[in-house]
Amino acid sequence: MKLKPLWLAALLLAVWLIVYVFLLPAVDGLVYGFLKLEPGTRLTSALHFFLYEAPKVLLLLTIVVCGVGIVRSYFSPEKTRKILENKPLLLGNVLASTLGIVTPFCSCSAVPLFIGFVEAGIPLGVTFSFLIAAPMINEIAIVLLFGLFGWKVTLLYVSTGLSIAILAGYVINKLKVERYVEDWVYTIRSQPLDMQEGQPSLNDRVEFGFTQVREIVSKVWLYVLVGIAVGAGIHGYVPENFMADLMGKSAWWAVPVSVLIGIPLYSNAAGIIPIVHALLEKGASLGTTLAFMMSVIGLSLPETIILRKVLKLPLIFIFVGVVATGILLVGYLFNAIM
Amino acid sequence: MTIKVLGPGCMNCKTLEKRAQEAIASLGIHATVEKVEDIMQIAAYGILRTPGLVIDEKVVSSGRVPTVEAIKELILGQTVRATS
Repeated sequence: MKLKPLWLAALLLAVWLIVYVFLLPAVDGLVYGFLKLEPGTRLTSALHFFLYEAPKVLLLLTIVVCGVGIVRSYFSPEKTRKILENKPLLLGNVLASTLGIVTPFCSCSAVPLFIGFVEAGIPLGVTFSFLIAAPMINEIAIVLLFGLFGWKVTLLYVSTGLSIAILAGYVINKLKVERYVEDWVYTIRSQPLDMQEGQPSLNDRVEFGFTQVREIVSKVWLYVLVGIAVGAGIHGYVPENFMADLMGKSAWWAVPVSVLIGIPLYSNAAGIIPIVHALLEKGASLGTTLAFMMSVIGLSLPETIILRKVLKLPLIFIFVGVVATGILLVGYLFNAIM
Repeated sequence: MTIKVLGPGCMNCKTLEKRAQEAIASLGIHATVEKVEDIMQIAAYGILRTPGLVIDEKVVSSGRVPTVEAIKELILGQTVRATS
C-alpha cells in the first residue's frame, strides 16, 4: 500500500526531530570521543564546526522548504496579481513586498511576470516591490539566518528587507519611469489565461512540499556544503577580530565597498550565509555584514540581465541604484545602533 | 497535434520537454513538441510563470512540471474537447 503523503510527513517529522536533538551529542562524541581530537585546536574547531553545521543546516533546510512549499501551494502569481490590481500606491507596495515572500517565484520567470503585471495595470513601483522582495527574502535565507544566528538577526533581516522592497518600489514609482520600459511590453496583447486547475487536496499540497524539497535541496546542497566548509576554515584559522579592521564599525567605507562587491557576486543564500556567519564571528560588524549579504542575494547580475529584456538601461540603473541605496542605509543604520 | 513548451531554457523547461516527448511516445499519437524560447512569444501566451505547456495553442499548465501521467491526461483532455 502506498502511504498517504500526510502520514509520511508525520513519520518523517518524528525521525527529523530525533536526528536534530541528538546531532550535537553525536558530533561531540565523534570528534572528541571517537577521533580523540584535542578540544580547542584549530583543526578540531574547524572540523567540529563543519560536522555540526552542515547536517544541521541541511536538516533545517529540508523542513522549512517543505513547510514553505505547503504554504506556497496556497499562493500563485496569478492570485497575487489579482490582489494587487487597483490597489493604491503605498498599500500596493506593502502588499507586493509581503506577497513576494510567499508567492512561488523563480528569477527565470521575472520577465513573463513583469509583463503580466504591467498588462494588468499594476503600477511599475508595485511590480518592483514584488521583484525586489521575492529573491531577497526567501525561505533559504530565513533558515540559514535562524540556524546560524538566531531569531533576532533573522527578524532584522526580514523586516529591513521588506522595508527596502516597499520603499524602493515607492521611490521608483515617484520617479515616473514608465518611458524606460521597453516599448514592446506595452504593445503586446497576450491571450487571456483560462487554465482549469482543480483545487488541490491537503495531500496534494504535502506532496508539493516534498517535490520542493527534492528540487531545492538537490540544487543548493553543494553551495551549502562549500559555504560551510569556507565558514569552517575561517572559524578555525582566521584569528579573532581579524575582520574588525576590515569590516568593522570604524571603517566607514566598509559598507559601500561590501555592497559594490556584493552586487555582481551571484550566489544564493545557501552559499553566502555560512561565510557571512564566520565573518561576523571574527569581528565584522552586523551592519556591514547584512549589507553585503543583501546585495549578494537581492541584486544579482543574472537577474538584471534577464530584466534588461523588458527594461531600458536607465531603468536598470535606477533599479539597482535605488535598491543599493536602501541596502547602504540599512548597513549604516545597524552599524550605528548595534 | 502541436505541443509547445514555453521557457527560456531553465532546468524545469528541459525536464518538461522531455516528459512531453515521453507522454506522446507512451500514448502512441502523432504530435510534435516544439520549444519556444523567445521571451516575447512566451509572454504572448499570458503565462506568469515558466515553464508553460501549450497543447494546440491552449495553455494547459504553467509554473510547474507535471508528471508524464498528468501530461498524458492533459493531452487526452484536449483531444476530447477538440472532437466533441
